[in-house]
Amino acid sequence: MKNLTDLEKKINSELTTKINKTKIKHNQIYIEIDKEDLIDVLLFVKTNKDTKFRQLIDITVVDYPDEVQRFKIVYLLLSHEFNQRMILSYFINEKEVISSITSIFPAANWMEREVFDMYGVNFKDHPDLRRILTDYGFEGHPLRKDFPLTGHIESRYSEEQKKVINEPVKLEQNYRNFDYESPWEGTKYIKEQVNTDDKKN
Amino acid sequence: MTKKIKNLNLNFGPQHPAAHGVLRLILELDGEVVEKADPHIGLLHRGTEKLIENKTYMQAVPYFDRLDYVAPMNQEHAFALAIEKILGIDVPIRAQYIRVMFCEIGRILSHILNVTTQALDVGALTPSLWGFEERETLMTFYERASGSRLHANYFRAGGVHQDLPVGLERDIAKFCETFPKVINDLENLLTDNRIFKQRNVDIGIVTKDDALDYSFSGVMIRGSGVPWDLRKSQPYDCYDQLEFKIPIGKNGDCYDRYLCRIEEMKESVYIIKQCLAKMEKGPIKTFDGKISPPSKKEIKQSMEALIHHFKLFTEGYRVPEDEIYTAVEAPKGEFGVYLISDGSSKPYKCKIRAPGFSHLQSMDYLIKGHMLADVPAVLGSLDIVFGEVDR
Repeated sequence: MKNLTDLEKKINSELTTKINKTKIKHNQIYIEIDKEDLIDVLLFVKTNKDTKFRQLIDITVVDYPDEVQRFKIVYLLLSHEFNQRMILSYFINEKEVISSITSIFPAANWMEREVFDMYGVNFKDHPDLRRILTDYGFEGHPLRKDFPLTGHIESRYSEEQKKVINEPVKLEQNYRNFDYESPWEGTKYIKEQVNTDDKKN
Repeated sequence: MTKKIKNLNLNFGPQHPAAHGVLRLILELDGEVVEKADPHIGLLHRGTEKLIENKTYMQAVPYFDRLDYVAPMNQEHAFALAIEKILGIDVPIRAQYIRVMFCEIGRILSHILNVTTQALDVGALTPSLWGFEERETLMTFYERASGSRLHANYFRAGGVHQDLPVGLERDIAKFCETFPKVINDLENLLTDNRIFKQRNVDIGIVTKDDALDYSFSGVMIRGSGVPWDLRKSQPYDCYDQLEFKIPIGKNGDCYDRYLCRIEEMKESVYIIKQCLAKMEKGPIKTFDGKISPPSKKEIKQSMEALIHHFKLFTEGYRVPEDEIYTAVEAPKGEFGVYLISDGSSKPYKCKIRAPGFSHLQSMDYLIKGHMLADVPAVLGSLDIVFGEVDR
């Protein structure tokens, strides 16, 4: 499809029930789907002659620890033919297992390993699901919002044991996260007061 | 009587000069033929994305220098563009030319390093000595503009940190005159060199379809004959006002990728020249006091400027709630930033898409069936820098 509005119409009419929401912003199309429809939707947008999203740019996750459906899985796709970008996303619970897309896009292999490593999301049918960026024997999933910035383990070379050892992190001073978010635009309660006063008048 | 022979497992790296950093590559060898390659990465993982989530937008910029530390400003560019798009601010034209010019300098920096070290891996020492002399000159330009040779921290949302010092434009113009001769010298040493060709031609061939499937970008995809360059197809900043060509390869082997890089350097010099010619005096960052800090002079005279300065360097500017993916054509390929802002002064999520990650992933596909001695040649032509692969 030449432009994004046509693409949006096409996808909505062809996939109808599989698409929850579409949106065009920043010259990209954002699509929300259900977990179960992932493979169908991806196969469609990859192979259809009017879409041709043949390149998977990246897979990532956004963590919302307060929500029930905690993780938002995001797939970034690119179509060379039509010079368009698509952002495909869906939400899952913490324990849910999602299907791997390595059979559709071979490039997904490491991307899914990274997601598994960083967020602890499990993939079904992945050929080789191992940690990728963190150390051998690492525990925890660093990019989750509840993982502390300073980590749990620090390693050093021990002169006595003549090897590198791991110890719990000991900080001379705790990591401080200052709250600078005092108001630029006046405080909220004053604004609310002004608004209610306006209404009264 | 038949004897059963077991394949040999070989550890390549993490301390190997041809691994271009800290790559641990586990190779399964049948005699001298590679059966399987399993790259172990993450030895340079510093948790950049986690750190960025805990810093204000302005404090996050230096982390981008440390990704692909061979061409720092190209990375900053992607981040700056992402914020600008969300905030909806315009960048003054002089700042656009400065940014594009330094991105092209970064491209030359990266390509010199790659071409010459690739030559070094296959046995030619001289190119690296000649090339690094030029890199030194280019890094001096970085230093004069930003104050540091490598970790520039120069681009800001809405422009650049400060204007170019007096005389820098003249010196860059001078460099543009002398540099093409150095490229020619390098080409004289390598392009028709019998040994260099024997080591690179028909090694590590990537077909068009596989280049798409493995999500290749940059020289890796252009070397296979796909004319795809984000500077042309999705122009950002002032690239649409500049003239340049996109060199593409034909066979998709290591040699074609080398040729593409050499041609790209020539095009970069041409782009820099155009930037210098079109650049006029003017502002170098947006005037919006809520985003760019005031000048020292203003702080001394205006109370409002002082408040802005204080707020910008403590709280930082706030970015409205949004979700965006922006990509730039970094020397190594498509470098992208997927940014989620939540209305505060820190990014909620900042995923960095590094081209080297997907390129290195295909190592197994590229090297299967090649000889052990081809591993450094293929690795060299992938243009891997571990800062960005491991993040």
